[in-house]
Amino acid sequence: MLNWLIIMVLLLGFASSAQSETVAPYGIVADAIPKPLTRNPGDAIRGRGLAAGRRANCLGCHRMPIPEQPFHGTAGPRLDGVGSRYTAGQLRLRLVDPTLINEDTLMPPFHKVGGLHRVAPAYRGKAILSAQEIEDVIAYLLTLKDE
Amino acid sequence: MGPYQRGLVLAVALLLLPGAALIFPASAQEARSGYFYASPETQALQDDPFANPGSLWLEEGRARWQRIEGAAGKSCASCHGDNGTELIEASAAYPKFNKRLGRPITLSQQINQCRVRHMGAAALAPDSEALMSIELLLRQRAAGRPMQVSVDGPMRPFYERGKALYFQRRGQFNMACYQCHDQRPGEFVRGERLSQGQINNFPAYLIRWGTVGSAHRRFQLCDRQARAEPFQIGSPEYVALEVYVAHRARGLAVEAPAVRP
Ligand code: HEC
Ligand code: HEC
Repeated sequence: MLNWLIIMVLLLGFASSAQSETVAPYGIVADAIPKPLTRNPGDAIRGRGLAAGRRANCLGCHRMPIPEQPFHGTAGPRLDGVGSRYTAGQLRLRLVDPTLINEDTLMPPFHKVGGLHRVAPAYRGKAILSAQEIEDVIAYLLTLKDE
Repeated sequence: MGPYQRGLVLAVALLLLPGAALIFPASAQEARSGYFYASPETQALQDDPFANPGSLWLEEGRARWQRIEGAAGKSCASCHGDNGTELIEASAAYPKFNKRLGRPITLSQQINQCRVRHMGAAALAPDSEALMSIELLLRQRAAGRPMQVSVDGPMRPFYERGKALYFQRRGQFNMACYQCHDQRPGEFVRGERLSQGQINNFPAYLIRWGTVGSAHRRFQLCDRQARAEPFQIGSPEYVALEVYVAHRARGLAVEAPAVRP
């Protein structure tokens, strides 16, 4: 049963990647995407840069241990210690498409191109983050452990 | 459940009710102007008529009120008097249903209707300094009056359409108006403090614009933040959205000239 589910999601993943080359296929098991989206492991330093930057804009909504940035948003929960609360696979699903966990979430789907409305032309058919960038951000989040 | 237990449940529920009211005070849902959420510096700028940049637009608006333009040789004052007193109520009631067009129009669009149909003058460009100065003057005369847009009768379908737009997720960021402005007023997005996204204060001087702009221009900014393709100023979509958002602000005092970050 679960295998079928995984195959379905893989097919859906391929279907949307046919529209655009930018979304990697993935399979969901429970509340996680256990397998990395790329062969190259994530780079935590690049991930930290992405989290603080304007494109991913994690700091727009989350407080994170990035003291050199003056303004941290409070629209989402604090991410200190998030690497102790979740596995890489759980973080991956939350970044790729958080609406799969919480339909009403404010958090953007960072690796998704289908099912969105009125995307501005400059961003159409493009995921916010590439597969490699998702892995980089996960690598960074996993360094945020509770003391 | 026996009658005794049922009575007990009722008694406990009645005891909890006032408690619930304490945890979720009605004021949490009460309509509040963006002024309430603005920084003390921004509030001070708005409160001081000499420092408030909107004063310049009001001055321009007063001059334009009297200026004769167009083939009919009329000014706004020719039809509405020197102070436009009878427009005070109306200025708090837009968007308003226009029978001839069969749809609601904004105050900006009404001003242009007057110019084209009654003055024989050209319509002013959307959000132009000229249009904003006249509109801001009308709103300033209505300042303190409650927002009172009608959503009855023929307005209903436009209200419903606007409501759907308010709750529709849009853009690469997949965000809807209510998620920021109903669910999170008071929270921060980077350095910006979220308000309820009310429009009792438009047209408003935005420090980031360095000019006075319409509610539709603000909607565009929010849609762009979600990386959505914004609708046009004056488009049927934004007029409908304005009907919903104006009705959501009903009872809030018209605020003009307002200053926002
Ligand atoms: C526009 C707001 C917004 C942005 C931008 C955003 N998030 Fe979130 N995030 C949220 C909200 C709100 C939640 C709370 C859970 C929910 O709503 O589903 C959340 C939850 C999370 C969680 C789960 C935290 C927990 O304790 O359960 C993680 C991990 C996370 N976000 C990481 C990120 C990362 C990494 C980025 C950038 C790549 C990011 N978020 C960008 C709003 C945002
Ligand atoms: C990512 C969050 C976000 C979303 C989604 C969003 N806004 Fe906003 N909005 C803001 C921020 C930040 C401001 C500036 C601070 C404030 O007044 O809330 C703002 C300001 C406003 C204002 C000005 C309020 C004032 O007092 O001047 C209005 C009106 C408004 N938004 C309406 C909307 C509408 C309508 C939508 C949907 C099209 C929308 N917003 C979507 C973040 C958002």
